Amino acid sequence: MSRLMAVVAAITVAGFAVLWLVIVKAPGWYGPSAPAATATAAAVAAVAGPERKIKATLYYVSEDGLSLVGAEREIPFGEPIVEQARRILEAQLREAPAPLASAIPAGTALRALFISERGDAFVDLSGDVTTKHLGGALDELFTVYVIVNALTVNLPSITRVQILIDGKETDTLAGHVDLRHPLHKNLSWLTPPASTAAGR
Amino acid sequence: MSGQEMFALDDLARLFDMTVREDAVAGGLTVTVRNQTIVLSPGQSLASVGGRLISLPAAAVREGRSWYVPVDFVPRAIAPVLGSRLELRKPSRLILLGDIRAPRVAGRIEPLGSLARLTLDVAPATPHTVSQDGQHLNIRFEADMLDAALPATTAPDLIQNVRPGEGPAVVTIDLGPRFASFRSSDLAGPAGGGRIVIDIIGQTELPPGQPVPPPTPEQPPLLDLVPAGTLRTIVVDAGHGGTEAGAKGSGGALEKDLTFAVARRLKAALEARLGLRVILTREGDSTVGLDERAALANNNKADLFISLHVNASVRQTASGAEVFYLNLDEYGDAAQRVAHGESESLPVFGGGSRDIELILWEMAQARYIQESAALAQAVESSLRQHVPMSLRAIQQAPFRVLVGANMPAVLVEMGFITNAPQEKQLQSEEFQNLLVQGLVEAVSRFRDARGAGPSGAVR
Repeated sequence: MSRLMAVVAAITVAGFAVLWLVIVKAPGWYGPSAPAATATAAAVAAVAGPERKIKATLYYVSEDGLSLVGAEREIPFGEPIVEQARRILEAQLREAPAPLASAIPAGTALRALFISERGDAFVDLSGDVTTKHLGGALDELFTVYVIVNALTVNLPSITRVQILIDGKETDTLAGHVDLRHPLHKNLSWLTPPASTAAGR
Repeated sequence: MSGQEMFALDDLARLFDMTVREDAVAGGLTVTVRNQTIVLSPGQSLASVGGRLISLPAAAVREGRSWYVPVDFVPRAIAPVLGSRLELRKPSRLILLGDIRAPRVAGRIEPLGSLARLTLDVAPATPHTVSQDGQHLNIRFEADMLDAALPATTAPDLIQNVRPGEGPAVVTIDLGPRFASFRSSDLAGPAGGGRIVIDIIGQTELPPGQPVPPPTPEQPPLLDLVPAGTLRTIVVDAGHGGTEAGAKGSGGALEKDLTFAVARRLKAALEARLGLRVILTREGDSTVGLDERAALANNNKADLFISLHVNASVRQTASGAEVFYLNLDEYGDAAQRVAHGESESLPVFGGGSRDIELILWEMAQARYIQESAALAQAVESSLRQHVPMSLRAIQQAPFRVLVGANMPAVLVEMGFITNAPQEKQLQSEEFQNLLVQGLVEAVSRFRDARGAGPSGAVR
């Protein structure tokens, strides 16, 4: 009963929320106002000559499935930082270069990206990231930290990353990794396991 | 409400002297507290606090004429604005506002012949009582919580363990088999703090000049009453269940079925072979929340929490068991301090209450992190004797099910269900028994190390 009313209330206000966001809140965020600014920047670059690129490290699952591997890729330049972050993540969400494998389920889309003034990035992914997830704890760690590391390693002004799913805060992707707080960079799965087999 | 605990915004407004203004046109909410503004947008689980974006577990919702916000709105949005201590205790539904008295307690144990002396430095000096309760001494402080760095025992026959007691500001001493009596005295400590000195006096201490007495007949039964270790209750968590099937194998095996099968075998083995009380987090194929699992262990005062899972990988070749314990890095400085509590890393303020960060109830695991590491090592080395291990056999990760456990806790990934031969293995009675054998040995090993004193378990 109360749940139904809550849903009805949420739907009723959702329409207003969009309008309101643009008018009231956009100035406080980098997010919603960013695409307009970037469109201009991209246009300028296109006129100036060949598209500008940056080099960024993206992360993939190793051949034995037990590690993450960093791979340097060329990514379209983006400005401001939130646009660059978006381009890095979009590249990260694409297929992995052979023989590596992607840690993120195929079909996962980036719905939105915000960066707070404290350097916390909020990455809003489509539900595919959980519904198509294989469900293993190690793979879940990989999915999460590929996203966290792709942003924090390449964009030092981003210190922490919180993953949202379909616009909402979530407990976990597949029942293991705590996603209630923003997460820090973690490179511990980048070292080959042989050297850490004795424990840390 | 919708699986979220919510507060009525009107109640909070009265409590914190806030004004709530609803923007009828846009449907937004503006909350003003002490000339600062919190903006809530319905349908968005985010709020802007004085221009800074924070995330909430759910969006604000309207029901009838009232607005409701998730309970976390209090610590995340209101607390930064008020700039004062604000603690939300979900289980007891309490909001604590104002300075929290959290004295810092650091201790050491010295064996002094027939007695063992526990010295606790308390900063700032805090009124307290010392009372005996059977084989325990409880030191109760007049405080809201303690920031304690408790020592490992060096005299296990007199002091088995010094640990946080029941209640937020209690230190409990588990007395050893040779305990006869105690005396306690209060002194002035360094930097305006207080010092509590508690002498635990052994049974063989005699008035001077008295001849050696005949062997005390009570001693052997007394030793029998004290178990070899301090483990009594273990919660075994069968991962996933009900609507959450977990990982799936290509041959059709489901993680939730495998974890439950092994959990039941493990329960039977631990009860029969080690005489422990074992509680399962689910008795059948039911859906159990991650918080509920840790809460079950906490409510039953379990001594260990073992969560059983089955791994999956995009690589079909990945195989072997892995043992995880919590990675505190993701839980902020407060958790790190609870875990390590090195006195040198913290300035001691003379007088007044110490300025502490908001310590969340969800960080119960922080103070057991070293014991959890020791447990993970025991599990890894025992499992290794029986089943194939992954190359990365011990790892740390911010796993949701472990955070709230108020006891040493590990998560065991028993093998990869995505590896076809291993999927078959995991389904076999023979392999499940090997896993159980390894886990029982690990618990036994951990118990023995702990029985020899916490230092034995940690090193």
